[in-house]
Amino acid sequence: MTPPSPLTSRRAAKPPGRSSSTANPAPAWRRPLAWTDHHYLALGYLGLSFIAVAVGTLLSLAMRIHRVWPTGSLLGASVSPEQYLALVTMHGTLMIFFVLTVAPQSGFANLVLPGQLGSKDMALPLVNATGFWITALALMIMLAAFFVPAGAPIGGWSAYPPLSAMPAAGPGQGSGMDLWLASLAIFCIGSTLGAVNTVVTVARCRCPGLTYGRLPLTVWSWLTAALLTILVFSVLFAAIILLSCDRHLGTAFFVPSTQWVNGVVTHRSGDGSPLLWLHLFWFFGHPEVYIAVLPGMGLVSMLLGNFTRRRIPGYRMMIATTMLIGGLGILVWGHHMFVAGLNPFAGTAFELTTMAIALPSAAKVLNWLVILWRSRPRFDTPMLWALGFVSVFVCGGLSGPILAQPALDAYLHNTFFVVAHFHLIMAMAAIFGIFAGIAYWFPLITGRALHERLGKIHFWWTLFFAYSTFLPMHLTGLAGEPRHYAQLDGIAGTAGALVRSTLPLERHITVSAILLGLGQLLWIVNVLHSWTRGTPASGNPWNATTIEWAPETPAGCTLVCEHEPCHYEQISASPITGDAKPHPQWAFEVSAE
Amino acid sequence: MPAILHPNEVEQRPKRRYDEGDTGGGRLPPVDPKHTGGGGDNDNWNNQPQGSRGPRERLLRYRLGVFFALGGDLMFFIALVSAFFVSKHSGHFDASARWINPWLPIEIPAILWLNSAFLLFSSLTVEFARRAMFHDIDVLEEWLGLGHPTRKRVLPWLGASIFLGGLFIWGQLLAWSQLRLQRASFADNPSTHFFYLITGVHGVHLVLGIVFLIAAFIGMRTIRSVESRQILVDCSAWYWHSMGVFWVFLFALLVYGQ
Ligand code: HEM
Ligand SMILES: [Cu+2]
Repeated sequence: MTPPSPLTSRRAAKPPGRSSSTANPAPAWRRPLAWTDHHYLALGYLGLSFIAVAVGTLLSLAMRIHRVWPTGSLLGASVSPEQYLALVTMHGTLMIFFVLTVAPQSGFANLVLPGQLGSKDMALPLVNATGFWITALALMIMLAAFFVPAGAPIGGWSAYPPLSAMPAAGPGQGSGMDLWLASLAIFCIGSTLGAVNTVVTVARCRCPGLTYGRLPLTVWSWLTAALLTILVFSVLFAAIILLSCDRHLGTAFFVPSTQWVNGVVTHRSGDGSPLLWLHLFWFFGHPEVYIAVLPGMGLVSMLLGNFTRRRIPGYRMMIATTMLIGGLGILVWGHHMFVAGLNPFAGTAFELTTMAIALPSAAKVLNWLVILWRSRPRFDTPMLWALGFVSVFVCGGLSGPILAQPALDAYLHNTFFVVAHFHLIMAMAAIFGIFAGIAYWFPLITGRALHERLGKIHFWWTLFFAYSTFLPMHLTGLAGEPRHYAQLDGIAGTAGALVRSTLPLERHITVSAILLGLGQLLWIVNVLHSWTRGTPASGNPWNATTIEWAPETPAGCTLVCEHEPCHYEQISASPITGDAKPHPQWAFEVSAE
Repeated sequence: MPAILHPNEVEQRPKRRYDEGDTGGGRLPPVDPKHTGGGGDNDNWNNQPQGSRGPRERLLRYRLGVFFALGGDLMFFIALVSAFFVSKHSGHFDASARWINPWLPIEIPAILWLNSAFLLFSSLTVEFARRAMFHDIDVLEEWLGLGHPTRKRVLPWLGASIFLGGLFIWGQLLAWSQLRLQRASFADNPSTHFFYLITGVHGVHLVLGIVFLIAAFIGMRTIRSVESRQILVDCSAWYWHSMGVFWVFLFALLVYGQ
């Protein structure tokens, strides 16, 4: 049997024998304007993320090694404190924008959104393709920042002024920072175009019968994340323009009129304040973290339903919580600014909104637990990743309401406690979501399944070392270990002794992180192997109910949607044991003759 | 689930009730099917697959897309305007504990009123162009290849809009040079930062709009599909209108809000 090519349309990619009597559509590349085909764009987006995640991981390992071995040299070059900050900045930026935003939102939506809607294509293929190429350009510019003379920027992923507003503030704050800003401005445009396409696709390309109440939760989360993208990336864009004016046109939006930086005194007219940047940035930044995690949350709901063969209880409630998380997510940005000089009354207001957003998040978690309660799930790899998502999401989420107390945050802000919080709830959860999605949809892309055994080893390895890496950060954070410090020893006084005392745990974290990184090679091997030589998968290997798994529509029929996803009929007497018969969302109606 | 349903199985399924709104896609229920073939059967657009349901489907998608994108653009301007108010009200204490607010309002060059009038007129002309694009009889004739009646109607209005838009941009540049002659340049004062910034980014938006209009102008001759021409003109027109509306608010801000 010839291996099915990934780039043929997914119907054609099914192993022969299963394909229906209708003629296969022409391969994607032979159709006119194939470069706007969403299958290509999906693989393109996932490819961009792969590049970014590979670079970002190497940077993080370099950081970890430097932190416990500051006098050592990496690849023959010793790392200066500024270079350490450059590592931090580029790691955060690449991961948050080019991995956690691009892969779950743009990559997966392009992969299966039309399929889940029962539509042939996205609504605006041309816009979609333009968005992709713009995003690719943004990644290239971002990576170019490594290669300008003074190196990459050192302002962190949130680029606080005045560091980011003064080219003189440090190496990398010159042309490196300019490239960073240009890249993100371009990224804003690209992701807005992609989001517009997503919204219009959901609004206009649903198959008959697929009402909003029946949309899979994945679609709801893409829709919510796309709406957030449209609303907040334009604010980041405006902030970038203002910051660029501060950098090059002598304005003072984000800096005071007179500053003394690195021995250079500058005067400008105006009394700007870094706080304005913080407001604009976090108005974008907090919704951005939800853009990163919402698709994973939707996917996890669907996977739990699929692999436990159960309905999702309170389906409309789950839709509502998705929207609520999106809506409240726009109102909480101030919790990143408690100790930045925010008015304490505003701090209290943001504390309340932040606690409020924990409610829909908790509702989602409880819903997941209800699905799982007394179920006998099939522990295929996608399901394992979904369970892992629930686990790290809960674990990282618990520290959220703690950080949301201004009084506690006064101590915890800028410590590793925050790093632990967001690496569990955002980084690990979203990455687990990506692994779940790839394992789940791999048969759809390639017609073959990922290797189960290898996939499971990779999962347990990753879960173990993820916890082993990020849980201890809570402790070092509580002990006072600051973020963004290149070196923990060599600080004088009691504070120095305090920080030094975290070093043993730090070493443990570094070793874990290296092992975590190495474990990902298993996944690469698995993907490469399974793509070319994996066992062919049947048309609907997971007994799924959503429409992307529907067989080719027979000639003369229309694909229609009958009900919401995850309807299963228990066959055996006991609801707990035995497999259940799926009642898929789709059905074929004979078109009116 | 078998891959194929046999016809008798299909017949046993309950029919969807279109009259209960179960049509998917959020479109109007096809209770009044558009029969183009005269006879009534076989040519119901609503039975066609997504993407080929009648001439307006693609248009409506693009239009919706433009509206969402403009929603994002609105947030962009809202962010700038928020920064405007923050800057206007910020200051510092000097050595003798006096509150110093460096904001000095500038006098708006009178030519901006003229420019605004041009822009409002251009919104009218572009609307005429847009409407002419949907004049049923002309569109049908053009679609059948019986001549170019829409092109004849639309091109002059498009041309007028481009001309008026160009006048607006030129007038804005003139206003800038007048201000510079009065020694009010970009870097002088927070208020001038914002004057140049707001007129500047709005101008960039308009230049983009002019590019769209020019593309529509050229497209009226070069694009084969009638619907694509309609999309180009329609979306450019909506974009142009929004830039007009944005300008009204921004101008009011500059005149009364300083
Ligand atoms: C239960 C709901 C949550 C609450 C109450 C919460 C609360 C907080 C608070 C108060 C901070 C600021 C800590 C500080 O800087 O001192 C913070 C930081 C952060 N949170 Fe959450 N969070 C929640 C959920 C999430 C989720 C779902 C994500 C992402 C998917 C996320 C990602 C982040 C990130 C990335 C940061 C750090 C940003 C930075 O400083 O670089 N959080 N969170
Ligand atoms: Cu936040």
